[in-house]
Amino acid sequence: MRTMKTLLEAHPFFAGLDDEAIQLVVGCATNVHFDPDQYLFRVGDPADRFYVVRHGRVALELHLPGSGQQVVDTVEEDQVLGWSWLVPPHQWFLDARAVMPTSAISLDGVCLRGKCDEDPALGYAFMQRVAHVMYERLQSSRVRLLDLYGGGRDAAR
Amino acid sequence: MVSVATAAVLDLAGLQALIDALRERGYTVLGPVVRDGAVAPSPVTSVDELPRGWGDEQDSAFYRLRRRGDDALFGFASGAQSWKPVLFPARQLLWQGRRTDDGFTVEEPPDAGSRYGRPPYALLGVRSCDLHAIGIHDRVLLDRAGADAHYAAARQEAFVVAVACSDPAGTCFCLSMRTGPRPASGFDLCLTEIGTAADGHRLLVEVGSDRGDEILAALPVELVAVADEAHRAAAARVTEVAAARMGRELDTDGLRDVLYAGAESPRWDDVAARCLACTNCTLVCPTCFCTSVDDESDLTGDIASRVRSWDSCFTGDFSHLHGGSVRASVRSRYRQWATHKLASWIDQFGTSGCVGCGRCITWCPAAIDITAEAAAVRADPGPSTAAAEGD
Amino acid sequence: MTLRGETRSSDRGVAAVAPDPMLPRPFRLQGLRRDTEDTVTLWLDPVDGEPLAFAAGQFTMLQAFGVGEVPISISGDPGAPHLLQHTIRDVGGVTATLVRAQVGDVLGVRGPYGVGWGVRDGAGGDVVVVAGGIGLAPLRPALLDLLAGADQYGRVVLVYGARSPADLLFPTELEAWADRSDLEVAVTVDSAPAGYRGRVGLVTEPLARAGLDPDRTLALVCGPEVMMRHVAEDLVRRGVPPARVRLSLERNMRCGVGLCGHCQLRELFLCVDGPVVGLDRVAPLITVREL
Repeated sequence: MRTMKTLLEAHPFFAGLDDEAIQLVVGCATNVHFDPDQYLFRVGDPADRFYVVRHGRVALELHLPGSGQQVVDTVEEDQVLGWSWLVPPHQWFLDARAVMPTSAISLDGVCLRGKCDEDPALGYAFMQRVAHVMYERLQSSRVRLLDLYGGGRDAAR
Repeated sequence: MVSVATAAVLDLAGLQALIDALRERGYTVLGPVVRDGAVAPSPVTSVDELPRGWGDEQDSAFYRLRRRGDDALFGFASGAQSWKPVLFPARQLLWQGRRTDDGFTVEEPPDAGSRYGRPPYALLGVRSCDLHAIGIHDRVLLDRAGADAHYAAARQEAFVVAVACSDPAGTCFCLSMRTGPRPASGFDLCLTEIGTAADGHRLLVEVGSDRGDEILAALPVELVAVADEAHRAAAARVTEVAAARMGRELDTDGLRDVLYAGAESPRWDDVAARCLACTNCTLVCPTCFCTSVDDESDLTGDIASRVRSWDSCFTGDFSHLHGGSVRASVRSRYRQWATHKLASWIDQFGTSGCVGCGRCITWCPAAIDITAEAAAVRADPGPSTAAAEGD
Repeated sequence: MTLRGETRSSDRGVAAVAPDPMLPRPFRLQGLRRDTEDTVTLWLDPVDGEPLAFAAGQFTMLQAFGVGEVPISISGDPGAPHLLQHTIRDVGGVTATLVRAQVGDVLGVRGPYGVGWGVRDGAGGDVVVVAGGIGLAPLRPALLDLLAGADQYGRVVLVYGARSPADLLFPTELEAWADRSDLEVAVTVDSAPAGYRGRVGLVTEPLARAGLDPDRTLALVCGPEVMMRHVAEDLVRRGVPPARVRLSLERNMRCGVGLCGHCQLRELFLCVDGPVVGLDRVAPLITVREL
C-alpha cells in the first residue's frame, strides 16, 4: 500500500518540489471519497482546499437561467481540481459534483496558502504549477468557445 | 519537323481554295474577324472576311485596332478572345433527363446553337500561344481520371490551321514562356505570311499531320507551289523579327518556388487594392478551365438539365464552404489565380499554365500586369511561411 | 496523378470511371434515420442492382434530381456495400433537400471518388482514430475496417468529440464499441446538461492520456479544420511522424473528378489527391490563411 508521500511525489503537479515542501503538503493532505451526485463544493463556498482526483470523475457546473445546470468541464483521474485556494477572492466559481464514485486527495489550501505567504520561494513554486493548470483549462475553454462543431449553418450553397 | 516536300506556298486564291476544301469536308471554318472594334474568331467563308490590313496595339488595359500600311491578313497579335470558347464552350449542357420512377432517362437535348455554327470546326489562324493553350487543355481536360467527353469530341474533330506571328503586341511574352512565336507542332497546317500584295501575297504552308497533308494535296495543283529556300528563309525572318519584338518579359526561373514561398508577400496586398475581382482575366485566358456544374429543372421538376459553365476563382463564392468562403479576400483570390497559373500548374500538369498571350494584361480594367506582379513577388517575397516547401 | 512521397496501401481506393463521369447512377432510398437535430443517415439501394464498392474515406457526389449535387462521405461498411450509407448534415442548399428525402425517393450517385484512409497501412502497429463532430461519419468505415481485421492491428483507439451529448452520432454503436475488448473508446463533449456522466472537454485531452507509442501509431483524423490542425500538432509534438497522421480535408467540390477546379488547395485537387492527405504533404498548406 502506497503512502500519501509516495502518491504525491509521483504526481506531476508536485514534481520538482523539495523534500521539505513535500512534507508540508503531506501534512495538509487527506483521502476523501464522493458518491455519484455528491457535491465537492458549490458556487460561492470559500475555496479553502484543492483536490487531486485519483479515481472517478468530477463535473464542473454552472447554472444558466433558462438552460439549467450545464457541465462546462470534467476533471479526470490524476487531474488537479481547484486554484481558488491560491488566487483571490478564494471563492469557488463553479459547482463541483462527482458523476461516478470518486476518490481524491484533498489538500488544505488555507494552511498551504499561509506557508506560501511566509515563504515566497514556496509560493512561487505553487503559483507556477497552478498557472499551468489554469493555462490548460483556459486553452481548452477558448477552443470550445469557437464552437467548431456547431458552426456553418447557412441558407444557400 | 517538316521537310521541304511537305511545305508549300499559297497565294490568296490558294488560301480561298483551302477554306473551300475545308467547308466541302463539312468543317465550319472559324477565322479571325474584325467585330466591334476587336479581332475575335467567327465563321468565315471567304478570305475577304479576314482582317486584311488590320493591326493592333495592346498594353495594360488598352486595346486598339489600327490600320496597317499593307494588306497583311494576320498582321495583329492575340485576338480579344482565344479559341477556348470554341472547344470548351462557356456553357455546355452535360445531359438532360426526364424523371422516372426508377430515376431518370437521358434525353436528347434541343440544339442550342452556337455563335460559332456547327461542329466540326476548322480553326484558321491559331497563334503559337493559343496552340500551346490547346495542348495544355488537352492535358487538363483529357488526361485525367474522368476525362471531359465533350471537349474530347470537339477536340478530336477540330482541324487546326496555325499561323506564325509577325506582329506581336505590347503585352505578348510567348518568348519568355517558350510557347512561340513560331508554332512547332500540334497543328494540321501552319501558315506564315511571307509577302503582301505589293510583292505578291504569299503564305508558306507547313504540314503537321496526315490530315493536313491530305487537304493540301487535294487543292487545285495550279494554286499550290513548292516552297523553296527563299520562301523558307522569308518565313524564318518573320519569326526572327517577331521574337525580337516581345512586349513583355517574365522570368520563369524557379518561379514555382518563388510564388510558393511568397504566399505572404506584401505585394498581394498591393494588387488587392487595385484588383476588382471582375474575372476578365479568367474569361480571356486560354488555359483557365474552372467550371461550375449546376442542375436546373423545369417548373414541374420532371425535366432536369445538368449544365457546366465557366467559373472563376475570382468570384466570392468560388471557395464557399460552411457558410463562408475559404478565400474571402480579393488578396487571397488574386494570389490563388497567379500562383495556380504560374506555379501550382507545374506540379499538377508538368508545365506552366501561362502561354504568354498577354490577354489578361490587355483586358484587365485595372491595368494589372501578371508579369509585373510575378517580378514584384520575386523581389519582395515577404515573411517566410511553411508553404515555402514546394516539394 | 499522385503527388505524395509516402507509400500507400492498395486499399486507398480507386476512383470509379464511368462512361460519362457526369452522369449519375440512380439509387433508391430504402431507409433513413434521424441522428441529431440536423443530421440524417440514409441507406440507398442501387436501382440497377450493382452495389457501390468503396474504400473507407471515399465520397460520392450525391444528387437530388433537378436541385444539385454535394460531396458526401460514405459512412457505411466497406465489407458490406450492398446498401450505400451516407450521413448528411443539413447546411442549407442541396443538403437541405437530401435530409428531407423520403423512403422510395430516387437519388443520383456518382463515385466513389477520392483517396481513402488506407487503414491497412496501420497493420502491425496501433491505430488512433480522432473524430470531431460530423467527422465521425467518414471515419466510421475505417473503424469497421479495423474491427474486421482486428488481429492485424495492435491497439485501436477512438477519440470522439462533439458539441453536446445530443450531437453525438451513432450513440448505440458507440456504446457497443466501448464494450469491445479490441477497441478503446473515449468520448468527450464541449458542454453538457448536468446529469451527463461522460467527459467534458476537448478531444486533445483524452488523446493526451491515451499513452500512444508514437513509433507505431497511425493516426486518422477528421473534423473541423481547426480541430484537425490542433490534433495533428499535438500528435506531432508527441512524436508521431507527420507522414503517419492523415487528415480528411474538405473544400467546395462541383465535379468530384478533378475538372472543375473548385477543390484546389494550392497544387492538390482534394477530390483526386485527397480528401485524405498525409500531414507531411499538407501541413505547410493548411497553415497559410486563405490559401
